[in-house]
Amino acid sequence: MSNYLKLIVLGVLTVFFMIAAGYARDLAYQVHAVILMLVAGGLFLSTLRSTDEPVAAPVTGEYLDGVVRAGVIATAFWGVAGFLVGTFIAFQLAFPVLNFDWSEGFANFGRLRPLHTSAVIFAFGGNALIATSFYIVQRTSAARLWGGNLAWFVFWGYQLFIVLAATGYLLGGTQSKEYAEPEWYVDLWLTVVWVAYLAVFLGTIIRRKERHIYVANWFFLAFIVTVAMLHVVNNLTIPVSIWGSKSVIVWPGVQDAMVQWWYGHNAVGFFLTAGFLGMMYYFIPKQADRPVYSYKLSIIHFWALIFIYIWAGPHHLHYTALPDWASTLGMVFSVVLWMPSWGGMINGLMTLSGAWDKLRTDPVLRMLVISVGFYGMSTFEGPMMSIRAVNSLSHYTDWTIGHVHSGALGWNGMITFGALYYLTPVLWKRERLYSLSLVSWHFWLATIGIVLYAASMWVTGIMEGLMWREVDANGFLVWSFADTVAAKLPMYVMRGLGGVLFLSGSLVMCYNLWMTVRRAPAKEASLSVAVPAE
Amino acid sequence: METYSLLRQFADSWMLLFLFLFFIGVVFWAFRPGSTKTYEDTANIPFRNADKPASESAAQPEAQK
Repeated sequence: MSNYLKLIVLGVLTVFFMIAAGYARDLAYQVHAVILMLVAGGLFLSTLRSTDEPVAAPVTGEYLDGVVRAGVIATAFWGVAGFLVGTFIAFQLAFPVLNFDWSEGFANFGRLRPLHTSAVIFAFGGNALIATSFYIVQRTSAARLWGGNLAWFVFWGYQLFIVLAATGYLLGGTQSKEYAEPEWYVDLWLTVVWVAYLAVFLGTIIRRKERHIYVANWFFLAFIVTVAMLHVVNNLTIPVSIWGSKSVIVWPGVQDAMVQWWYGHNAVGFFLTAGFLGMMYYFIPKQADRPVYSYKLSIIHFWALIFIYIWAGPHHLHYTALPDWASTLGMVFSVVLWMPSWGGMINGLMTLSGAWDKLRTDPVLRMLVISVGFYGMSTFEGPMMSIRAVNSLSHYTDWTIGHVHSGALGWNGMITFGALYYLTPVLWKRERLYSLSLVSWHFWLATIGIVLYAASMWVTGIMEGLMWREVDANGFLVWSFADTVAAKLPMYVMRGLGGVLFLSGSLVMCYNLWMTVRRAPAKEASLSVAVPAE
Repeated sequence: METYSLLRQFADSWMLLFLFLFFIGVVFWAFRPGSTKTYEDTANIPFRNADKPASESAAQPEAQK
């Protein structure tokens, strides 16, 4: 019965998108209408083929791991894609000739840059978060994912969001809000997917067999709920026409700027921090084989982090039209935020107390631990840069880019790699990883890559900030903007090389994970029973 | 009083006090008597049920020990 309803809805949608493709007022919208038409039409056909076929009885006695496996593959794929684009645009900045004439208007720096940020944050990070949260919530609740195939809808719906966002940027469909570039109809779709995600996650927690909700799930839940709130408020737009991608935001002027950076900083705080802390609180104890250092500290860590992070956004708007009290508020809360951040870092690191020797033998644990180290480093750097006087030097320079990347590559990247190395043998039922020495290679390639990246951006950022503000005895500026650009070339090349190292590390990881699935010995839980004694 | 001033005044007085007290309450809650034993069990959740969900009739973890 429900299949007939599905067929009607999908059929109507296919026709609607066909009409939309015809009436489209801009190229991005037209291409999206065609993509959506193909997706809806394809789903119509596959639903039609399975209608009135016998339905398999729902599974209950095991975890739903298929969607986590798909998430692991998607994370690795989007990671490599995002790092590749990032490395390419790093060289575009060093060598502008790479903005080829023939690619103007879809593959020049301005178009590729949001593609890179969204690919690494939302495609790589988002898939990692969805996959690990689905894995962790099942294990720590001792319950199968709620909602049957709804989890698969979340996975594929999220991939569709990524494809729509990425193709939109290349074709110029963007609302020009950092990390919130997708246009109104893509935002609406993400809202639908996100509500389904919340339902699956919360439904599983409600059905849990453990009395307590493990701390990792608190962080994941804060991430899902807050991102929903941020996304909706920052994307309250009125479309100019339902046949076009252009829309107008309801917030005027400086309020819009404040809402955007309230969103932007909390995307860092809840997407890239709270969600990934959920990973930390599960994978570090598992890999070190000992419970978290202090569960009490983890509770205080959680409440302190979510109470304080939400106020830090205005530090992105120092020396703008934003009132002074608001930017001071953002600055003070950013500095206070240092405390819970380091509390969490200490909790993660001290989980290894009594097991530090494992760092010598276990490169996966080493990866997880260095990610927490980078977390501590960038959560010290961030509060410092949010202080108004420091910000007057650092803002609009490459220092900011370096800070973001030591956090994103070091903290988010490394902990995700660690999680993928942990999950792959477990999910594909292998005894171990294919090669631990390749993990070590990945570790060093990535670490040296990040060090090259962050160090070159510190140098170029501070140099650029000092050059911009230098005045001579008569009060004239000493340097023109082009002087600073020319002075940055060596550091830009070094940054690009750092990117090459980081990207090669991720390719080593993909090879290792692939070979783990193909070649590593399978885990035979029942072997000892099956072999007869002779 | 205009809405802005009203909300502003509420935010930096009663709401601030409420959030502050809530947070202090959380800290005291975490250190309440008997919490160490409870949290020891909670912290060990990742080391149970790794392969399949707990069955419907499974006893609470406290009872399993």
